[in-house]
Amino acid sequence: MSIRIDFDGQPLDGRDGQSIGGILLANGHRTWRTAGGAERGIFCGIGICQDCVVTVNGVEGVRACQRTACDGDRVEREVRA
Amino acid sequence: MSVRRIVVIGAGPAGLAAAASAARTGADVVIVDEGERVGGQFWRHHPAFTDQRLQHQLGRFRELESALAGVRVLSSASVWRVESGAPLRVHTLTGPVDGAQRQGETLEADAVVLATGAHDRVLPVPGWTLPGVTSAGAVQALAKRDGVALGTRTVVAGAGPFLLPVAQSIAILGGEVAEVVEAASIGTILRGWGARAWELTAAAGKAGELGSYVASLVKTRTPYRFGSAVTRIHGGSAVEAVTVQRIDSDWRPVAGTERTVECDAVALGHGFTPRLEAAIQFGCDITSDRFVRTDEQQLTSVAGVFAAGEITGIGGADAALAEGEIAGLAAAGIRASDPLLRAPVAARRRMRAFAARLATHAIRPGWTAWLDDDTIVCRCEEATKAAIAEYAAVSSRGMRLATRAGLGACQGRTCGRSVEDILGAPGGIDRRPVLSSVRIGELAAHRPTHPLIEEES
Repeated sequence: MSIRIDFDGQPLDGRDGQSIGGILLANGHRTWRTAGGAERGIFCGIGICQDCVVTVNGVEGVRACQRTACDGDRVEREVRA
Repeated sequence: MSVRRIVVIGAGPAGLAAAASAARTGADVVIVDEGERVGGQFWRHHPAFTDQRLQHQLGRFRELESALAGVRVLSSASVWRVESGAPLRVHTLTGPVDGAQRQGETLEADAVVLATGAHDRVLPVPGWTLPGVTSAGAVQALAKRDGVALGTRTVVAGAGPFLLPVAQSIAILGGEVAEVVEAASIGTILRGWGARAWELTAAAGKAGELGSYVASLVKTRTPYRFGSAVTRIHGGSAVEAVTVQRIDSDWRPVAGTERTVECDAVALGHGFTPRLEAAIQFGCDITSDRFVRTDEQQLTSVAGVFAAGEITGIGGADAALAEGEIAGLAAAGIRASDPLLRAPVAARRRMRAFAARLATHAIRPGWTAWLDDDTIVCRCEEATKAAIAEYAAVSSRGMRLATRAGLGACQGRTCGRSVEDILGAPGGIDRRPVLSSVRIGELAAHRPTHPLIEEES
């Protein structure tokens, strides 16, 4: 089954059960966070490093590698100066 | 005697075995895990996405899963605080990962089995914050959990036999492994694994698993480099290439041996770090090499608190299964002399030979020589090697306040051991008052059974 999430205004298709990080990667996005001017995405992949955090439905700091995506989720990039 | 209440923290091989064996005795068992499905990192899976070739010992997993029939399984649950005493207390928050409205519940228990496992230890390298660089475990997690690969041509580097399944996963998903780069030299490996090799015949299951990985490497003609390391990662906005370099027996790079290997992804794994937070908060004795000290029954130094699996020493899934089974039985009050313990005690003994060989790949102190002064060591706070080294003479606390190394979102889980290597001394970075990510609102909503602050003092 297919689901669709919104990533900064762009619709992305994923499979039901995939993590938000998995859907972003499968759609060609490797990074979705800026830290000190540099791009970051998945690093540890198991919820330890906090490098992949995104804002989901207005809630900040959600680990993309751990959160299972739901149809209609609004995902936004995060920026840390 | 009333029914014993047992809480198992972690649902990987050790925790599942503990819960299953404790339940068999009639105990009242709750198993708590952060994941949506039991299995931990070793049996991380998704019913629809996971290629069966990525899984090992699935039969054993199914067996344990069905043994959980009478066990309460608390999934998607983070343990954020534990308290010793009678009863023991385990504070949990259940709900979507990092959600704002998770449900709090405090579990009370006569015994707790800690089976919190381990995560990859990744040594910093110049360029390791570039997109496309991940831990080796991330490759496995993404392959198993999401059915996706990060790149098309990957260099797998680090130390230890875990690099093998990582390379195999990449190949199964259709990616190319440019090279596997192992820090231990051929000589070290022959001495380490070859000495008293007959001891390893008892761990034959492991040998079969290793054999399948080697066959996969041969089939895909993947070069395997020994006594070498990725000492630099190159790229503008993402990984473009790495420098592979010979290293000496102390892991110092050997000048003049640099080679450039083009790739678009790098998977790094230099061994594993145990997840000690809960054990430390309970007050369990920790050994000098930072594992939980246990006796023959897997009992820690704290009454009623048992530990099993990677937190007692890195030994792989088979050792974890054996220790978990022992811990579950002991937590349920089964005596050491009981025949039920014979098989798992024998299995634990057999796997110690395998676990001991992993020391062959142990990190050597010379690795810090491949860092530049401006290499980021703490990824969260972007603290550099030079900044951390500058405070080598002051207290760990002073260093952290000055550089913020280890104070970021991951709380030093990623950089802690590396920072200690640079400082040349342990810094107590693995001591964490809150065991997992918790929102302020969730803390505020908590109705403590005991004052949180008073206890810390």
